[in-house]
Amino acid sequence: MLEIAIKGSKKYWIWLTILLVIMTVGVAAYIDQFINGLMTTGLSRDVSWGFYIANFTYLVGVAAGGVMVVIPFYLHDYEKFHRITILGEFLAIAALVMCLLLVVVDVGQPVRLLNLFLYPSPQSVLFYDVLVLNGYLGLNIIIGWKVLEAERNQVRPPAWTYPLIYLSIPFAIGIHTVTAYLYCGLPGRGFWLTAILAPRFLASAFAAGPSVLILLCYVVRKFTKFDPGWEAMQTLSKIVCYALIANVFFFLCEIFVVYYSNIPGHVSHIQYLFFGLHGYNSMVPWMWTSIILMLIGIALLIIPWLRNNEFLLPFTCVMIIIGTWIDKSLGMIAGGFVPSPLHHVTEYAPTIKEVMITLGIYALGLIILTILYKLATTVKEEVRG
Amino acid sequence: MMKKSRRSFLKVAAVSAIGIGAAPAISLSSSSNSQSTSNAVKSKNHEAKTAKRWGMVINCTKISDEVAENIVEACHKNHNVPDFNHEVNTEKYPNTRPVNHKQEVKWIWEEHFKYAFPDKEDEFLADKYKNLPFLVLCNHCKSAPCVKACPTQATFKREDGIVIMDFHRCIGCRFCMAACPFGSRSFNFRDPRPFIEETNPDFPTRSKGVVEKCNLCAERLAKGEQPYCVEASEGAIVVGDLEDPDSDIRALLNENYTIRRKQTLGTEPSVYYIM
Repeated sequence: MLEIAIKGSKKYWIWLTILLVIMTVGVAAYIDQFINGLMTTGLSRDVSWGFYIANFTYLVGVAAGGVMVVIPFYLHDYEKFHRITILGEFLAIAALVMCLLLVVVDVGQPVRLLNLFLYPSPQSVLFYDVLVLNGYLGLNIIIGWKVLEAERNQVRPPAWTYPLIYLSIPFAIGIHTVTAYLYCGLPGRGFWLTAILAPRFLASAFAAGPSVLILLCYVVRKFTKFDPGWEAMQTLSKIVCYALIANVFFFLCEIFVVYYSNIPGHVSHIQYLFFGLHGYNSMVPWMWTSIILMLIGIALLIIPWLRNNEFLLPFTCVMIIIGTWIDKSLGMIAGGFVPSPLHHVTEYAPTIKEVMITLGIYALGLIILTILYKLATTVKEEVRG
Repeated sequence: MMKKSRRSFLKVAAVSAIGIGAAPAISLSSSSNSQSTSNAVKSKNHEAKTAKRWGMVINCTKISDEVAENIVEACHKNHNVPDFNHEVNTEKYPNTRPVNHKQEVKWIWEEHFKYAFPDKEDEFLADKYKNLPFLVLCNHCKSAPCVKACPTQATFKREDGIVIMDFHRCIGCRFCMAACPFGSRSFNFRDPRPFIEETNPDFPTRSKGVVEKCNLCAERLAKGEQPYCVEASEGAIVVGDLEDPDSDIRALLNENYTIRRKQTLGTEPSVYYIM
């Protein structure tokens, strides 16, 4: 099937070239970081994780969000999703590759990464995160490939793929739950120390992932002859709507507990994010933007004639993607680390190099996504035509 | 097999080396190899200071700004902790980039009461405490969140309670820094060596990309010496065995009202402060 990837239009190659250039810039920035250490970043003693881990967290959500097409199709035989299931699985593959790379660029000694497997440490949540992320990636590669191959040959996928498909569902929930556990099991970080964190992560993932998928459906419709189907996209938008409402609801639950109990170790972080602390307020405009975008997103999706507007829906999705991205990546990291355990306020902003490396990884993710989507759409065109 | 660490390898190597010099010892120890290992180590270091669980008491009333500065300097100099204020030797280290002081490394340092004990912040705190230098460092917690967090066991807890690191195993993921409720850990965002004024050859320097922190001077205790901070403290800091009811440290804890940092989190810090 891979031969499909090397036969493409001029637009296809220009697009891949642009991405390749961005990726190369990222690689150059990474070489500098590799040689000189993470001093090239805006990270500090007090804010020891930043842009990389923030985007990692978000993309784990995008990867997990793919399960929102797998569940209706495979568990409830929702036929409308037949066409887009593969798009969800391939999106998960690209997102997971980006996640793993973001972890690689974040560690200080990447050449020692194999120590994770040489000295497996079952008491560390990171150990399980590595397992579920790689497991989910492997599952999606096998499932996506086998299902697409079967479609091309116009046969049913081999029977052994079904148990793997069912297994991929708890894995999808698992990757984001375990990623939340990375944060919420730490005793000294009041912002993260909440049982609602994993549910909130999942809710925001099930809003963000399908939003990205809807946008990708528009792209596929515009650039290929394959139509994912408007009805499937509408169903996705309803899923986004409910997930987003759940995310905001969980957030409000958190706000109530924090402010009504008024425990300083918990209040100070949210205070910093939304109102500023001791005069430090660089996160304030971001956080309110996030809340406003998510609320507008809910309004635009809950009112049927707005949700069903084919022109408006992609804009709604973009708003939701930005809103949830701020909420879960920037907010989650800044909120967790500021103020520090000693209640010092050290603010964080990524450096240009940090952003370049991250964009380089996004570019690679898009290259993978483009190639995989090209395979999927070409096969589907072949079969139909 | 996977558990076979560098440390156990070194132990075995040490025993083998002794074995070469004393062939009869091999036949004696062949029945119980592990026992002979510990015997060999013990017989080499009978001067070493040992404890069931090491702890520290800091008498805050005895620590002036000057004493505190001496303590910090003694610790950092001897452990090759980089000082970002140190002027870099540009001949030896050309093209050294400017420093970001937020990326500093520190093992023990001064904090005001409200930062050292943020959960005990008090509107009406007695004036005499407000500007005292409180020394903060790794608490060598009995239930250490950093040990749990470490995905490679590069941070581990010794049988004597010291929480210590293998700088060569650390992958620099910084999960331990997120996990530590006391901000006791530092990351080497860059090569620290240009910022070490005079390298102490008895202690390793670190490379970029690894985390580090106070090791309670395990290397000094092993030689039967007191930690650097204790030596420089003019009697204000005492280390000893918390589990030994007859130890000096237990006597101090018995006679004085002491507090610990954030003990409500249940990590059981082993550093006590006499107010």
